[in-house]
Amino acid sequence: MGLLDKQFDNSNIVITSLDNLLNWARLSSLWQMQFGLACCAIEMMAASASNFDMMRFGVIPRATPRQCDVMIVSGTVTLKMASRIKRLYDQMSEPRYVISMGSCSNCGGPYWEHGYHVLKGVDRVIPVDVYVPGCPPRPEALIEGLMKLQEKVRNESLAKKKIA
Amino acid sequence: MLTDFGRILIFLLIGAVFTAGGFVGAWLLRPRRPYPGKLSTYECGEEPIGNSWVKFNIRFYVVALIFLVFDVEVVFLFPWALVFKSFGMFAFIEMVVFLAILIVGYAYVWVKGDLDWDKPEPKVSRYVKGVGVVSDDAPEMNEHAAA
Repeated sequence: MGLLDKQFDNSNIVITSLDNLLNWARLSSLWQMQFGLACCAIEMMAASASNFDMMRFGVIPRATPRQCDVMIVSGTVTLKMASRIKRLYDQMSEPRYVISMGSCSNCGGPYWEHGYHVLKGVDRVIPVDVYVPGCPPRPEALIEGLMKLQEKVRNESLAKKKIA
Repeated sequence: MLTDFGRILIFLLIGAVFTAGGFVGAWLLRPRRPYPGKLSTYECGEEPIGNSWVKFNIRFYVVALIFLVFDVEVVFLFPWALVFKSFGMFAFIEMVVFLAILIVGYAYVWVKGDLDWDKPEPKVSRYVKGVGVVSDDAPEMNEHAAA
């Protein structure tokens, strides 16, 4: 019960095979949270549309956080939205990942100094796995960020990390 | 050998095992880290307020019922309009009768005041000492009581 909660001291062939299987399953079906915040969302939609077709990576937009694996924070995170994003992230089921897309959600972007209403980076409210730079990033950039996330998922393990 | 229903039984069994397997597999694997924020109701990111078991005003019921009646009427009208030409006068009279029945019901509801959103205060009879039961609705009863 709750196998993914466990950490094993020694990694053996069973654990590594299970790791491979689980990680492959997870990284091939990273369902995204269907929400957009600003102009980055337009690029995110373009990435989902036929020219770039993010669905070939198994990224399907889902309308409820319960079914989502990855939250793409696409755009300016206003202070008003920040509490909502935190709540939505809380409601996602684990394992869950976050891609911060664009300068605004990375660090506040053009609002970094005088934006009285903008959160200076979404990583102040939720943990971010991958940052995608750009203002807004092109769909290729978002897809690269997604592939970086897939790489991260591929290297996850149930075995405890050895401290060198 | 297997009968036709035997095949259906096998189909049902495979379906049950497949479904149960999914649930058990997920139960074995999934991380279990519940906390109040995660278990809270999804309301598009908003704070859920109150209970979902709210009471709807009973006045919606009558409106919904009347809507339903006329909704079904329209459903009957469309095929009727399609075959109207071939059926001729018979179809016309038939539909007039049908509509008349519905309109009588509609008029009844209207006259009774069920379509008014603001209902008049209900008149409740009260007891007056020495006089008896007093009802503003039925004055003849007061006269009886007084006599």
